[in-house]
Amino acid sequence: MEIPYTITPRPDTGLFNAKAGIWLFLASEVMLFGALFTSYILLRIGADHWPHHELDVPLATLNTAVLITSSITMVMSWASLMEKNFKKYRVYMGLTFLLGVCFLIIKGFEYTHHFSTGETPNKSTFLAIYFTLTGLHGLHVIGGMIVNGYFWGPGSKMWKTQPERFTNRIEVAGLYWHFVDLVWIFLFPVLYLL
Amino acid sequence: MSTHSAHSAHSAHDVKNEVRRYVVVFVALLCLTVITVAISYLNLPTLPAILIALFVACVKGSLVASYFMHLISEKKAIYMALLLTVVLFAVLMSLPLFAHSDPIVLRHVP
Amino acid sequence: MSTNHDAHAGGHAASAGHHAHHEESFWRKYVFSIDHKVIGIQYGFTSLVFLFFGFSLMMLMRWQLAYPGEALPVIGSWFSSESMPDGVMLPEFYNQLGAMHGTIMVFLGIVPLAVGAFGNYIMPLQIGAPDMAFPKLNMMSYWIYFCGGVTMLSSFFVPGGAANSGWTSYPPLSDIATTGQTVWLFGMVLLITSSLLGSVNFIVTILQLRTKGLTFMRLPFFVWSQFVTAFLLLLAFPPLEAAGVLQLMDRLAGTSFFLPSGLVVSGQPLVNTGGGSPLLWQHLFWFLAHPEVYVLILPAMGIIAEIIANNTRKPLWGYKSIVYAAIFLGFMSFVVWAHHMFLTGMGTAISSFFQTTTMIISIPSIIILSALFLSLHGGSIRFNTPMLFALAFLPMFGIGGLTGLPLGLAASDIPLHDTYYVIGHFHYVVAPGTIFAMFAGIYYWFPKLTGRKMNETLGKIHFWGSFVCMNFIFFPMLIQGLAGVSRRLYDGGAQYAHAQGVLHLNAVMSMAAWTMAIFQFFFIVNLFLSMKKGEKVDSNPWQATTLDWAATPTPPLPHANFAQIPEVYRGPYEYSVPGHKKDYTPQNQLSEG
Repeated sequence: MEIPYTITPRPDTGLFNAKAGIWLFLASEVMLFGALFTSYILLRIGADHWPHHELDVPLATLNTAVLITSSITMVMSWASLMEKNFKKYRVYMGLTFLLGVCFLIIKGFEYTHHFSTGETPNKSTFLAIYFTLTGLHGLHVIGGMIVNGYFWGPGSKMWKTQPERFTNRIEVAGLYWHFVDLVWIFLFPVLYLL
Repeated sequence: MSTHSAHSAHSAHDVKNEVRRYVVVFVALLCLTVITVAISYLNLPTLPAILIALFVACVKGSLVASYFMHLISEKKAIYMALLLTVVLFAVLMSLPLFAHSDPIVLRHVP
Repeated sequence: MSTNHDAHAGGHAASAGHHAHHEESFWRKYVFSIDHKVIGIQYGFTSLVFLFFGFSLMMLMRWQLAYPGEALPVIGSWFSSESMPDGVMLPEFYNQLGAMHGTIMVFLGIVPLAVGAFGNYIMPLQIGAPDMAFPKLNMMSYWIYFCGGVTMLSSFFVPGGAANSGWTSYPPLSDIATTGQTVWLFGMVLLITSSLLGSVNFIVTILQLRTKGLTFMRLPFFVWSQFVTAFLLLLAFPPLEAAGVLQLMDRLAGTSFFLPSGLVVSGQPLVNTGGGSPLLWQHLFWFLAHPEVYVLILPAMGIIAEIIANNTRKPLWGYKSIVYAAIFLGFMSFVVWAHHMFLTGMGTAISSFFQTTTMIISIPSIIILSALFLSLHGGSIRFNTPMLFALAFLPMFGIGGLTGLPLGLAASDIPLHDTYYVIGHFHYVVAPGTIFAMFAGIYYWFPKLTGRKMNETLGKIHFWGSFVCMNFIFFPMLIQGLAGVSRRLYDGGAQYAHAQGVLHLNAVMSMAAWTMAIFQFFFIVNLFLSMKKGEKVDSNPWQATTLDWAATPTPPLPHANFAQIPEVYRGPYEYSVPGHKKDYTPQNQLSEG
């Protein structure tokens, strides 16, 4: 027996199952990062000195732009599927993936720079929370890239057999990807600008 | 995608409109990023600096959530779940802070 | 039985049309199954094994408490010289047992049993769903939980033994503890991931897969309890995951999230950057762990509500008020956590806030408990084994709840904090409370799984034995606690002058604990014996109204549950409706009869 509402939304909730699932998952992610932001605040209040503009702001601004761009390519890839344009989807999804790679490379430059100047997590609570927050966010980026890469490559076969379900999947993957972008939107000022 | 009932709200015409909206949001996000970075170089006092930066971040965040994540066109079920999350998020942020800022005061008797 | 037969035939026809289901391999069918019923049973068995293991750890501790420093005969010789040289327990090993008893009972025993097993098996049946919304995710949650459990157990074998900083893992102690703590943290991260996946699945299933006609106010209370519980797991666990990550950073990357400046350990100043906050851990930990208490108790209330309505042959008294109370309880459980932290130097304003919320949260608990008591009034009660456990739950949970009130008020909490009173209070809630509800549930739903009833005689011996022993274990703890005996003493208080008057109770409690273990064997034997030899029953032996009994064959069809998805026409507890011919009217019955 088939499980209902895997493709079509249930009328009263307006959701198909996976969309309800990803939103709930994101709710839990909000609490995860919420706890880390709480830690940030308490550590900052307790600190004698908190660095200002000590991190590489231009590089991080570039990275913000990269991530925002990847968000629009992601939503465009979904819109392309809505227009039934699979080729366009592949282009946009490929771009999203590459922008993810780009983000990680820039982040990698930052990390290696920190390590080479001896700025390791155990040097101060600021560096500790910086590495924890960005590291955890980086893991989320990697997770999203695995999903996006799968839907760009092997997972896209589903377009031929179940186009609606595939479109749903891209929407769900998109919701996750935008959330990762959203987290960065808050991480960026909190860690780099304030 | 007018053929399948699930997305009847999104006809091909709608999608074109939405794409235009996405581009506007994208440009707005980039501008806000530049603005918030610029403000951070003004070296404002800590409190206004934090408030402004968080305000800008909130605007950017709600743009992403409303348009890229189409929260603006969802039904009640999601709003209820997210409202609960937001309330609990606020609880998680504020109560430890209150606890921290209200310690038992030890008085040194001279 | 003829309807039963038809259902089976219909089920075959239905599954024949589905390509995935013919010729399932052994692995797919029994090990990596995606059928919620098989996963539920997997959860059930694993968690029962963990419960017994956790109980065994406690039985070892009780030897040390009753006869401090004496060699444990026979069993003591099984342990290595690093834990029990010549059968005498070392303090380090005692600490490991304490920390692991708590962790295993809560995170590996009761929650997986209450949510993973009962929720997984029963909830989709009660809402008329063919399976959970995400069957593969469901399988993953089980296996991640399993890996988390194995990780936890493996920590006994690392150098320095298992985690030994208590189940709460308070820093700075836990930050500088032996390797076992790191393994504990990794295990917790796995367990948290598992519950997150599970809770997403539960909420989506209840939101999306309710059958036609099953509105929210027609849901059996058990489903409501799982719904609220899933939200608690979903939103309360992530902060502990965050805290776990931070503590891992402290232990592995040398950060100081939870280490304050100027810390001195064993006379040596600790080399660290400092600036961290040990209280941060407590906030994040109790942000999870207080809702966790309601994760433990809500599904239990759900089970008890089902059994009481069924065995009194009456509708639940005040169904709506119970439901609203459960929702309110769930929400309030997020804003009371710092009543665990009255001794951390919080000022009067913030502790007044937490005292107030704590007093408020007792109201919905009392509403639920009172409604369940009132449901008994005027019923023609069937005293079978599940009902006996359910009836015992009510006063036992009552004692547990009421003894909690003094702990929620700072003035009385200060002398009681960290004494055996706390242990007594919490165990009254969870042991003769939740665990009795779990037993009740097992006796009640066993016929649905197997088509046979469990043996009533063995069941009653199990019940009366456990009931008496539970009280002999936990009531003396309240007395010891009021006398001021600390819960952390390796010798049970022998070297404390003020503990001398209540010291003799240690042996009583230990004897009761060991006796209770004997009575559990009646349950284990009964469980396995009844699978083969139990009295055969039809698909609705308790004459229940909910879909799990009324609309499914026994056992429910693999991967479909129902021959045909039922439609619901009425509320969950239409027992003894005046004018109806039968004393129960199933939810899926259209016309009155």
